[in-house]
Amino acid sequence: MKSVRVGAGLGFYGDSWRPVRASIERGGVHYIASDHLSELTLAILQKDRQKDASAGYARDGLPMLAELWPLAAKHGVKFILNAGGLNPQGAREAIARTFRDKGWKATIATVSGDSVIEHLDALRAAGEPLAHMDTGAGLDTVRSRMLFANAYLGAQPIVRALEQGADIVLTGRVADAALSLAPLVYELGWQWDDWDKLALGLTVGHLLECSGQGSGGNFGSAAEWADIPDYAHLGYPIAEVGADASALFSKAPGTGGRISFDTLRQQLLYEVHNPHAYFSPDVVLDMGTLNFDDQGNDRVRLTGARGAARPATLKIVGGYHDGWMGTGIIGFSWPQAYAKCEKAAATIKTLVAERGWPIEETNIEYIGYNSLLGAQADPTYRDQLNECFLRMTIRTQERKVADAYGRLFPWLGLSGPPYVGSMKGVQSAKELLGIWPTLVRRELVEAKIEIAVEKV
Amino acid sequence: MRVPLWKIAHARSGDKADRADIGLFAWDAPTYAVLKREVTPERVAAHFRELCQGPVELWPLDNLLALKIVLNRALQGGAARSLRMDNLGKVVAAQLLRMEIEAPADLPRLRAS
Repeated sequence: MKSVRVGAGLGFYGDSWRPVRASIERGGVHYIASDHLSELTLAILQKDRQKDASAGYARDGLPMLAELWPLAAKHGVKFILNAGGLNPQGAREAIARTFRDKGWKATIATVSGDSVIEHLDALRAAGEPLAHMDTGAGLDTVRSRMLFANAYLGAQPIVRALEQGADIVLTGRVADAALSLAPLVYELGWQWDDWDKLALGLTVGHLLECSGQGSGGNFGSAAEWADIPDYAHLGYPIAEVGADASALFSKAPGTGGRISFDTLRQQLLYEVHNPHAYFSPDVVLDMGTLNFDDQGNDRVRLTGARGAARPATLKIVGGYHDGWMGTGIIGFSWPQAYAKCEKAAATIKTLVAERGWPIEETNIEYIGYNSLLGAQADPTYRDQLNECFLRMTIRTQERKVADAYGRLFPWLGLSGPPYVGSMKGVQSAKELLGIWPTLVRRELVEAKIEIAVEKV
Repeated sequence: MRVPLWKIAHARSGDKADRADIGLFAWDAPTYAVLKREVTPERVAAHFRELCQGPVELWPLDNLLALKIVLNRALQGGAARSLRMDNLGKVVAAQLLRMEIEAPADLPRLRAS
């Protein structure tokens, strides 16, 4: 019986590819599915592209392949990665150049057509309102400030690229799980209306798309996180899927981390809304019938995936300019660390008021006391802290105000409360982005999908 | 007795647009029955009244011994426009674990500390 093994690649732009080596060397994987794009990574890539038209792709795809390709080629492992970002062709050219320099051979495909920023007006002319999915707000409120807008494509174009012999498939925005679903469809010959099988593949992809978070990383718990073995060598999750509509989760032998019912179910529900209708471009999954059989020794078998027909729409996520953030941070030691932070905050507020700066919102947090737990912080020891950092952030439409805000703080070191030990530079203005999720009839986007294949 | 959730459950949170979402997991079936009864959308909304500006949604999943909880309008409009330190809502799960519920004293995996 034929089976396919897919291993997790990266889980975000900047993640480590070192664990992928173990999956290839000792994990028996056939494919690596690597996710480089979180919801707003495209905003970073858009800025890159504004500076340099040949950029705009995730820059960690190339070094990952440069390090792993000889090993991958030896083991016959293919890569599917969304590192193409806003410029899959540019990513392919950069990779092809490196491969030629090194004398390596590969068939590299790109999937593009997900970017709809140039087509927003045409889509509206075709009858798509493109209103905000959650708030119902009209696109006109942000249209002129929109920086990027990309549809989440499904697994079909990736399968078409594999059918054309691709060893490496570079995509832009696709549903994260499609990176894993596509090789399962391709290798196992699944039909595009076999909803239960597609639902299994979607579940596999969802459990692999956050790399180490599927194998014991970030295991949210009071104390059990300390039982996760060997973070330094944590192995990324691997799924084996055969003809019996089940998936066996494991990781490479000798790696750290843990594959268990507990680690997998934490990842299963991660960033999910209604678990009975988990939408993807290819199928809608009901997580309520999934069954995890924890066999011990980092092996868990998944069965029971049930799917419903794919939606008629694709999701678009756009990002628009939404003002600037100014930041100031200053730290005080005991005694009265918290009280001194409060005094510093009040002093800054006075300075800002006297300047009449147009500030829309001020956020005050005390690092070491409540900057992470917020209203749930326990105040018992607030007045006996060994040290405390004041962090103040503002929202403003004026970049120069956001820049100037951080520069107010160093002055406090000589003219404010005592025992400041933290002046390590000033933070400049940071652009804030609003997010615009919306829906579009899928055929309007899918008609523009392009697949290009280059043999190197 | 009053028990904070961290003594009997585990949890992870994430973000989507302006939503923070949490998976809350019991270690065993008896504890799951208690979570399902005691952790209601109303109580979660009261616990997060400072953080969450929209409705709280909750789905129990018997097959996973888990509750899926979604806090709408909880991230100042979304991670990339949030002014908060935890703009991605990764710590919201830990905040939930500080919520107290009524639970029997003989739950199998009740932690002392």
